[in-house]
Amino acid sequence: MNIDALFVIVISTIFINNFILARFLGLCPFLGVSRSLSSAFGMGMAVIFVMAMTSFVTWPIFYYVLVPNNINNNIDLRYMSTIVFILVIAGLVQFVEMVLNKTAPALYQALGIYLPLITTNCAILGVAVINVEKKITLIEALVQGTSGGIGFTLALLLMASIRERIELGDIPRIFRGIPIAIICAGLMSISFLGFAGFSLK
Amino acid sequence: MSPWKVFVRGLWEEVPIFRLLLGLCPTLAVSTSVLNGIGMGLAATAVLIGSNIGISLLRKVIPNKIRIPAFIVVIASFVTIVDLVMHGYTPELHKALGIFIPLIVVNCIILGRAEAFASKNGIFRSLLDALGMGLGFTMVLIIVGTVREILGSGTWAGLPVLPGNYIPVLIFILPPGGFITLALLLGGFNYLDTRKAGK
Repeated sequence: MNIDALFVIVISTIFINNFILARFLGLCPFLGVSRSLSSAFGMGMAVIFVMAMTSFVTWPIFYYVLVPNNINNNIDLRYMSTIVFILVIAGLVQFVEMVLNKTAPALYQALGIYLPLITTNCAILGVAVINVEKKITLIEALVQGTSGGIGFTLALLLMASIRERIELGDIPRIFRGIPIAIICAGLMSISFLGFAGFSLK
Repeated sequence: MSPWKVFVRGLWEEVPIFRLLLGLCPTLAVSTSVLNGIGMGLAATAVLIGSNIGISLLRKVIPNKIRIPAFIVVIASFVTIVDLVMHGYTPELHKALGIFIPLIVVNCIILGRAEAFASKNGIFRSLLDALGMGLGFTMVLIIVGTVREILGSGTWAGLPVLPGNYIPVLIFILPPGGFITLALLLGGFNYLDTRKAGK
């Protein structure tokens, strides 16, 4: 396994193609859970965990069940991928919730309320679809899922710290709340555009 | 509520994006041009009509406890149909919208309407609700797409509208432009709202 290739995936998924600021995936939790740093942190950890798990589980399902091969008598089921992925994600989230509840109650308490929200986070389904479109290996998919989650958490934490300050500012009434938050997201996105200048060779 | 009211609600009173802030991801991602926006809007409307009717028909059969997974399966089936139809008939648009077609499944507007409306109302009213919400969503995509395409590439739906010596402001078709356009439109929408309430 080529370590350089993995490093390129990590940097490009966290900074250059940040899931929120460059790909527009996962905006609902980004705006919904960024009011305070502590809840942003909880959400971020839950997303990293589920994105890594999703990448790790959907990859074998796609290549061993949906793509025609010897195991499934060469039946092409790729058109079912959307339905299969979303069901896998919903099941996985439920499973993670139950396991955490039994084995790590403290972690469950911390992540508990954010886990069900994750099923409809488009970054999760997005990473499964992107993994398949890019035709990468299982290890690369796992790395991409994890770093996608880290990039999501980074943007979420930055946003939460900005919004904690904004609350105190004197903002025109019509821009209070979500509109000013979206403007901040735009400014953050401009600064993340700077990373596009990196040449990763 | 009269059937007409059910339909019109999605166009102004409860415009999915401006009022409820649902479905932001596709709005920002595909609104770099008006035509992409219309394509996305109509694809989502088609899924919404299918899922609203399907869920309204099945609402007495689906057990309450597993309703969300059941809704998601219904929605995902219609998304797959739309995906295949678009792949066959409009390959260019299909390519331009890319992963945002499968992602219609997790568009909160569609699950939101299933939960809030279709699971409690009859077929006809659910159809009207889907049409209203779908067209409201398309309308917002067209507005955002218009601003971004005119400023960012100097064209509207591919036709040149600004004088030839206009230098396009590239940032508007890049991700930051999407955020800033949406935020300013939201502010403008709030302004209209407060003026209306003030009178």
